[in-house]
Amino acid sequence: MSDGERDLVATASETVGPFFHFGLATDTALGCVADPSVPGDHITLAFRVTDGEGVAVPDALVEIWQVDAQGAPAPPPASVGHPAAFRGFGRLATNEHGQCDFHTVRPGRAGGSHADPQAPHINICLFARGLLRQVHTRVYFAGDPGLADDAVLALVPAGRRATLLATRDAADSARWLFDLRLQGERETVFFDV
Amino acid sequence: MSHDPKQLVGSQPPLLYPPYKSTIHRAPREPLIRLPESLSDLDMPVYGSFPMAETDNDLTRQYPDEPQGQRIAVAGRVLDEDGRPLRDTLVEMWQTNAGGRYRHAKDDHPAPLDPNFGGAGRTLTDAEGRYHFTTIRPGAYPWRNHDNAWRPAHIHFSIFGWCFRTRLVTQMYFPDDPLFAYDPVLLAIRDERARQRLVSHFDLALTTPEWALGYRFDIVVRGSDATPFEGRT
Ligand SMILES: [Fe+3]
Repeated sequence: MSDGERDLVATASETVGPFFHFGLATDTALGCVADPSVPGDHITLAFRVTDGEGVAVPDALVEIWQVDAQGAPAPPPASVGHPAAFRGFGRLATNEHGQCDFHTVRPGRAGGSHADPQAPHINICLFARGLLRQVHTRVYFAGDPGLADDAVLALVPAGRRATLLATRDAADSARWLFDLRLQGERETVFFDV
Repeated sequence: MSHDPKQLVGSQPPLLYPPYKSTIHRAPREPLIRLPESLSDLDMPVYGSFPMAETDNDLTRQYPDEPQGQRIAVAGRVLDEDGRPLRDTLVEMWQTNAGGRYRHAKDDHPAPLDPNFGGAGRTLTDAEGRYHFTTIRPGAYPWRNHDNAWRPAHIHFSIFGWCFRTRLVTQMYFPDDPLFAYDPVLLAIRDERARQRLVSHFDLALTTPEWALGYRFDIVVRGSDATPFEGRT
């Protein structure tokens, strides 16, 4: 960088590539966002990531970030390597079927205001080969009473809102399913943050 | 800090860049929906509370013997666009061995694995935002994007920064690599200055006499005014 260039500009994003696993996804404990002791409705959030041809994406990295059941963010860790019981953050690679399962609690309301309420949601950041930069989306919960007045969903064309809803697994009421379609029919809504 | 929009244009890659073939079926085609900062809850911190071992930032000491290749230091600072250093932020990196092979089950590039090289490191920045790794210089490697395609030697970096909004995954390159001109992953970034910022600098002050060469790579995450990505592509 030249000395004359005083204005700092953010470093360009580059793709995570296909071989990130041994660098970023060795710790499968990061699939657990909340220990069993954490108060709240404990759920499994099951992702399935597909591409524009409907083919499973077997080399995606999913990061999730959320508040706890009371709407509070995760506390700082007691020390390095000793995370809090509620970590608020999870990270997993998808398997050969494009799937990964997080264990967490259903979040409370957060990030909104009286004027701009927001329904409970989980923030998603997705990396993959073929994504030159990460994409961001949100998981809401189908049937949640807060959906109707959510200020972010209101920005989304009505016909696309359903792509942001996790649905309950008919066979397991504690398991919520979220299809993340990168492209094509019923493409998931992605946000510019 | 407010930026001249012209300075930002082309500083981030677009999602769709057909010369990089994997973008064709993976890049979202619908327009991204701008999430106003006031409606986002992405500004609360993400803690890098991962267990950290003593050799996590020295990739030459993670196995019983030393890896093959040119020993190097890679160091720099993590700042935001407002010039504030990011302290205690998690920096993760991964790379090939000296022959251009990843220690990954799916990497079938016919170059030998090095029994003494894993290729992954992590560290936390210090109070001034500084990080430091000791490693070996990675190799270029072929890929199947197009006929006779080669990636320039690079190190992948992942940084959390203040919060999810500053999350960054990028790649660091080495000076004067003749493969730059042929690499669609790098060329997807339209602005030449932005590409140059991904190239580390040889730094004599970072070298250790009779031991290791040194490359400096500073990393900048988005600042408080957070111009969205689409305004930067
Ligand atoms: Fe690579």
